[in-house]
Amino acid sequence: MAPIVLNHITKRFPDGSLAVNDFNLDIADGEFVILVGPSGCGKSTTLNMIAGLEDITSGELRIGGQVVNNKTPKDRDIAMVFQSYALYPHMTVRENMGFALKLAKTPKATINEKVSEAARILDLTQLLDRRPANLSGGQRQRVAMGRAIVRDPAVFLMDEPLSNLDAKLRVQTRTEVSRLQRRLGTTMVYVTHDQTEALTLGDRVAVMRTGVLQQAASPKELYERPVNLFVAGFIGSPAMNFLSGTLEDGMLRTSLGDFRLSDRLRREVDRSGTGRDVIVGLRPENFEDAALVSPDNRPHGITFRASIDVLESLGSDVFVYFARELGKGVNSAELEELARDSGRADSGASGETIVARLDAATHIGEGQDAELWVDTRAMHIFDPATGRNLSLVDDDGGTASVQAAPARADAGEPQAPTPDAAGSGGVQAVPGQAGPPGEAT
Amino acid sequence: MAAITPARRAGWATTNLVVIALALIPVLWLVSLSFKTPAAVLDPSFLPAQWTWGNYHGILTSAQFLRPLANSIGIGLISTFIAVVLASMAAYAIARLRFPGKSLLIGTALLIAMFPLIALVTPLFTIERALGLFNTWPGLIIPYVTFGLPLGIYTLSAFFREIPWELEKAAKVDGATPFQAFTRVIAPLAAPGMVTTGILVFLACWNDFLLAISFTSTIASRTAPAAMQYFSGGSVFTVPTGPIAAAAVVITIPIIIFVLFFQRRIVAGLTSGAVKG
Repeated sequence: MAPIVLNHITKRFPDGSLAVNDFNLDIADGEFVILVGPSGCGKSTTLNMIAGLEDITSGELRIGGQVVNNKTPKDRDIAMVFQSYALYPHMTVRENMGFALKLAKTPKATINEKVSEAARILDLTQLLDRRPANLSGGQRQRVAMGRAIVRDPAVFLMDEPLSNLDAKLRVQTRTEVSRLQRRLGTTMVYVTHDQTEALTLGDRVAVMRTGVLQQAASPKELYERPVNLFVAGFIGSPAMNFLSGTLEDGMLRTSLGDFRLSDRLRREVDRSGTGRDVIVGLRPENFEDAALVSPDNRPHGITFRASIDVLESLGSDVFVYFARELGKGVNSAELEELARDSGRADSGASGETIVARLDAATHIGEGQDAELWVDTRAMHIFDPATGRNLSLVDDDGGTASVQAAPARADAGEPQAPTPDAAGSGGVQAVPGQAGPPGEAT
Repeated sequence: MAAITPARRAGWATTNLVVIALALIPVLWLVSLSFKTPAAVLDPSFLPAQWTWGNYHGILTSAQFLRPLANSIGIGLISTFIAVVLASMAAYAIARLRFPGKSLLIGTALLIAMFPLIALVTPLFTIERALGLFNTWPGLIIPYVTFGLPLGIYTLSAFFREIPWELEKAAKVDGATPFQAFTRVIAPLAAPGMVTTGILVFLACWNDFLLAISFTSTIASRTAPAAMQYFSGGSVFTVPTGPIAAAAVVITIPIIIFVLFFQRRIVAGLTSGAVKG
């Protein structure tokens, strides 16, 4: 059990490519941290550096308070589960699990005891004398886990341990991993490209992209307060919808309708120097069938009409897809990369189609021209050039919280706040100014 | 692929039979010769009219053959062992590591394998004389290892490349030193490759005639193929055909058994189940 500190960790490969760039993260003792990102983002390289399988080009890595940059994996007191499991094919399950202890010259009786104990926890007792070739995928995965836990290491490292399992087994094993980690209380660093795994397992999730740590926060925080366009688009399924917006006379014009921005946000956008074009992010669950929105809530959002292309009913929710003219600006390089990486080009992230999650009680049908409402309090505004989330600038709740923000944000401003800005967060909807009807595109 | 018609099948069967016959008839002829009496060696009939163990008895009681046979076995095994150990280390480095001059090393190794041996006999002879290696075991072992290595490195690096690298990482994380990772995890998995390489190197040593005849002068280090050259007949005018045939059979049979025995092991894919496949 040990905390891990990554201090300005950088990895440059001999061919000059920069795999990990100035990575900083403090992992507390017993914490379960997930490294997540699209393939090639450097998450596995980071894990390998913690394991000691890759050299650290610069920066300092501390495990349990000790600098371990130049220590071999064997002196770091870590255990690792590999994506391919990497079981030794010429050894039985028992020998596989006891290999590390045998190398450490542990007495035979102790090895047997620990292996039996681990086998019991993982339900492998019947399989101890088999060889990996005669095991199913799920059993091999458990042996790989067993090999890690018999060691009783200070740190567990997992490199996409579930990606080779089929969907059902993956969900089951995910729960087991989570239970195991709580039970053992060992610090765990877990790499995955699957955001569902990341959000369900981790105490804290670190999102990486092209070698750079984007944001490390609790799953809830990542979801509600993504620091940039990439995190916003990567976390959440279906992904956040992005639209282009133009600032004109304090109003934010989008293809859904016009919003009034608070002075604070407007100032923030002005200060970022991006001009008048921004990217607006709206989560599918921010939308609702206008007919189901209570009159109290209506002023917090805007209503618009859209013709529904596809409707998917999941029983608990209804997903509707509709097309929107996106206009210029939204085809930011970052968004394109995101769509490519996540393979979700056709489910909303790419920009042409908007996904909305509606209450199951809705009567909207496929092909209808429906009236929808969107809650603008939860809206995110991004700088198209840098991808920065402008709606988070004040660290006191931003636009996501209804109360407070405008008054404080405007306090230092010479001009008076607009009277109707108060009480509805950083964004003020303008009722009656809905966008053009949904036959756009 | 076209369907296999009966005509096609018959054609292939005939071809195969012809090839097998061409390969086996000389060997069978040799066996037959080894059982013929000295007077009957010129008898053109395939089966000996009169069977005799005399040729075998003669060579197996003579130091002129037994000592070279022991030399062959000893020199062959030692050369094979050294070559396989060195080749596995070199091949492992080539398969796993990136180091400057790697392609140069592989190129040089292949170059050695390409070189016609006969061109090297004279310089090597002079070198061995100068170093006092002439007519000694090391005098043959050193060149055998040298010429066995390129082939060994080449075969083994192919085998090492097949072994998932993650196994080695797993071993390292499990607390193995690089040497332990090699001996406890990688080498056992590459065992089929090592056996294959070993067989190839051993066969090369065992069958070598050129170096054996050039670098030896007495039966102290002469190997069996070379020694057969020095067999004497019943009189100065008799060619010792029978004993030579018997000796050839004696040195051929162990190799056939050896290869048949290890064939299964060479083919067995030991790496299955290491990673999800």
